[in-house]
Amino acid sequence: MTKAMDQIAWHEVEAGGIITEPGNASSYHTGTWRSQRPVYIEEKCIRCSRCIIMCPDAAIRPDYDANVVVWNFDYCKGCGICAEECPVDAIEMVEEG
Amino acid sequence: MGKKVGMEVSIAAAEAAALCDVDVVAAYPITPQTHIVEHLSELVANGHLDAEFVPVESEHSAMSVCCGSAAAGARTITSTAAQGLALMAEIVFIASGMRLPIVMLVANRALSAPLSIWNDHSDAMMVRDCGWIQVFCENGQDVYDHVFHAFRVAEDRRVLLPVMVNMDGFILTHVIEPMEFWTKEMAQSYLPQFKPAYRLHPDKVVSMGAFGMPEIYAEQKMAHDVALRDSRPVIDEAWDELARVTGRKYSAVEHYRTDGAETLILAMGSLCETASLAVDRMRDAGKKVGLVKLRLWRPFPFAEIRQALAGAKDVVVLDRSVNTGGGNAPVTSEIRAVMYHEPSRPKIHCMIAGLGGRDVTPDDVSNMVDMALAGTGAEYYIYGVRG
Repeated sequence: MTKAMDQIAWHEVEAGGIITEPGNASSYHTGTWRSQRPVYIEEKCIRCSRCIIMCPDAAIRPDYDANVVVWNFDYCKGCGICAEECPVDAIEMVEEG
Repeated sequence: MGKKVGMEVSIAAAEAAALCDVDVVAAYPITPQTHIVEHLSELVANGHLDAEFVPVESEHSAMSVCCGSAAAGARTITSTAAQGLALMAEIVFIASGMRLPIVMLVANRALSAPLSIWNDHSDAMMVRDCGWIQVFCENGQDVYDHVFHAFRVAEDRRVLLPVMVNMDGFILTHVIEPMEFWTKEMAQSYLPQFKPAYRLHPDKVVSMGAFGMPEIYAEQKMAHDVALRDSRPVIDEAWDELARVTGRKYSAVEHYRTDGAETLILAMGSLCETASLAVDRMRDAGKKVGLVKLRLWRPFPFAEIRQALAGAKDVVVLDRSVNTGGGNAPVTSEIRAVMYHEPSRPKIHCMIAGLGGRDVTPDDVSNMVDMALAGTGAEYYIYGVRG
């Protein structure tokens, strides 16, 4: 399934909703569920990677070239675990637009 | 061809399933379906039918086994009635939503309470919107032939939907009728091998029955609705082919002495035979009455019904269940809705009869027509209720 789930027309679905392609859950962007967004405060961050480990959706990864951590907002549900776990309060949760 | 043999309709239905060479039977016995399942069990136990007979612990399990079996690519049949259908209802909707071509013989029986083992259509109407192809049979031959028809339609790659064959409990299931039987060769030439588009097999891995998010559920429902409506040409094609093999021609909507009729009776199932006798008597008495038989309940034959009822002044719909609190009954409700936008539409009378096994005779049918034409203005009657 190359198309995102919310782009598929009724005549394009497989009969009976059969899934023919393994791992296609990634085409579903759970980031649309987010009501709060994590804001990264680079100056406070000590690069401990705790947020990366704790993220239940594997939506945070290190960018070694820029020496920062980055969020994949296609999958970040805004659960706030990263902000809770951050030992130096370098992540702040703000209301999503 | 042409030699008629007397057999109980339930036994004949099981024999038809055996001729279809079913791979899996999963069913739980319940009156009045019992003889169908007993005979299938016998055929498997005696080695006459090479199939897996799964003696499940409930109807919920029966339909669950059927789903798994059809998903694996096996030709699958079950049978139930009333409370059994109610218990399996959850999985009935799943079978069609997953587009699994299961065939189910429903020995129509009244839903409890009060507890009743006798016939009416309340079980079938409970699952009216389940997304299966639904056929109502008029007599034993009709039931027997429709087992073959059901498999051919269900398994067609253009359809892939389960088919429910409704037969009135006791009135059909327990009656010995003269029937013409198919040969193995006829069955094989009529019914191709089941070759599912997808099946559960390690060589080509697929997931079935997955979660449907709000972003995709409506699209799946639309696809299912269109698939059910688009199954119609295949249903007709299978009836045409059945006529070629057997000489018997079935249609979605059939007519009996409707020429010049001002009043039409509309019925489903075995009540059609009773009504045809009433029509003969009323015609003999000079009344312009005819009968429209509705065989295909889903997908609903809109065009044929509009055409069949167009010229009539009055239509008397004989319903066999109650739309409790809804002020009519399921078939009437459908017929009224279908005719609503027509430029000239007949008066559509709702007559509910034969509930919970109450006998309906040809005289009762004539009485109902007379009552309807006398026009007391009621939206619906439960015919024959005392007091």
